[in-house]
Amino acid sequence: MRFLSAGDRALLVELDLAAEAAPEPARLYRALMRDKPAGALEFVPAARTVLVRFDPALTSSALLAARIGEVARAMEDEAAESGDAGDADVLEIPVRYDGEDLDDIARLAGLSVAEVVARHCAPVYTVAFCGFAPGFGYLTGLDDALWLPRRAVPRTRVPAGSVAVADRYAAVYPQASPGGWNLLGRTDVAVWDAARQPPAMFVPGVRVRFVAASGLPR
Amino acid sequence: MTRSELVILAPGPLTTVQDLGRPGLAALGVGASGAADRGSLRLANRLVGNVEGAAALELTLGGLQVRIEGAGGGAGAGAAIVALTGAPCPVTVGGRAVGMNGPVAVRSGEVIVVGVPAEGVRTYLAVRGGVAVPEVLGARSTDTLSGLGPEPVRAGSVLPIGSETTGFPVVDQAPVRGHAGDAVLRVVPGPRADWFDPEALRTLGAEPYLVTAESNRIGVRLDGPELRRTEVAELPPEGMVRGALQVPPSGRPVLLLADHPVTGGYPVIGVVADADVDRAGQLRPGDRVRFRVR
Repeated sequence: MRFLSAGDRALLVELDLAAEAAPEPARLYRALMRDKPAGALEFVPAARTVLVRFDPALTSSALLAARIGEVARAMEDEAAESGDAGDADVLEIPVRYDGEDLDDIARLAGLSVAEVVARHCAPVYTVAFCGFAPGFGYLTGLDDALWLPRRAVPRTRVPAGSVAVADRYAAVYPQASPGGWNLLGRTDVAVWDAARQPPAMFVPGVRVRFVAASGLPR
Repeated sequence: MTRSELVILAPGPLTTVQDLGRPGLAALGVGASGAADRGSLRLANRLVGNVEGAAALELTLGGLQVRIEGAGGGAGAGAAIVALTGAPCPVTVGGRAVGMNGPVAVRSGEVIVVGVPAEGVRTYLAVRGGVAVPEVLGARSTDTLSGLGPEPVRAGSVLPIGSETTGFPVVDQAPVRGHAGDAVLRVVPGPRADWFDPEALRTLGAEPYLVTAESNRIGVRLDGPELRRTEVAELPPEGMVRGALQVPPSGRPVLLLADHPVTGGYPVIGVVADADVDRAGQLRPGDRVRFRVR
């Protein structure tokens, strides 16, 4: 774990994801949310880092780094003891697999469409972090047969509820937006609603499973 | 009770409603947004007796024409109290010239006309009682990147004036620093400074950078000496702060402002001191900026 300066009011915690018992950013985020170090304002998990914004009137980078180090070590001990199953609840997202890119995805992956759907539905995903747009969660756990590059030409409008994959991530578009991910299908679940508390369903650390809504297509 | 409102006759190039934003939701992909020049917003609110974080109008390069209707929030019958801060513009109320950085009484039906600023970019118009459009996720800021918050102000927009005040205006005129001359912004090395040539931080501090026309509330795009990278790997997305100097492959830095993305994929060579970020929010195309690297 390394602590990098991100200005006079923020610290970037970089996790060594190769290390055996090291916590993932989303897990460290949840641990820090449960047991907030004094003076910390917010935590932003990402692919291999957690950004910590703080109030310099209440704490310092050095104090925070020490406290975060303690939290991370406690998590490593816990994980070593319990095997760390994570939260038991898994959010189920029903999907109609009729996406525009389904045939391309199958061809690129060298699989049948039915197999693409089966492999997309099989894993339990984890929301690793959010970004790109409000409520847009990057889900890890994707079958590596479905690790595909983004489309060469992004679409100018991807409808809300589109279920998609790109690189090593799966996602659901929370609102209509431009986007370059490969579209597998659609869900009616509103993963984002600004009037709801919390507005995002895909909060870092939440576990997700996709379910074919009405049997397999075609 | 008479309803008081701001009736927009002309919005100028870009006018949005801004308060101090919605910090604390970045983990959900929601940026903080808020006024690009927070100090000027706070001052405008103090001058009219509002809480510092009340919503006001943020004008980009002036150009606003707005009529006040009804008895303003807590200002007494038939009048509203407004104050303008930030980039200095010529302003008239009902045809009379009025000054910046002080409270101004405006009668119901009178039109405020804001010209183009001679320096700086963003002017704040606060009204006593605050702009009371509905909150989205606890704030009234327009986030131009995500689209959260109220729509940008248009001709014909009608914005309600609220009634939350903290006291009465007590200052006639606030002394403020101008925006003329090269801006000097203090910078500390950023999390990925070691992804760059050892000379790059010196380069950043040595020569002025020019603010380009592609600048907006998301970031200030700069032109100047190239900051060379030595680490060529792709940076996995990581959290970004306001004031970060992100360096895309061109080697020319982008200074992130209020509506910056929550995470970014370009390395950050340095971060502007928080106290200097408001000044960065007043940089206009053609301005020169110097970085003082600590």
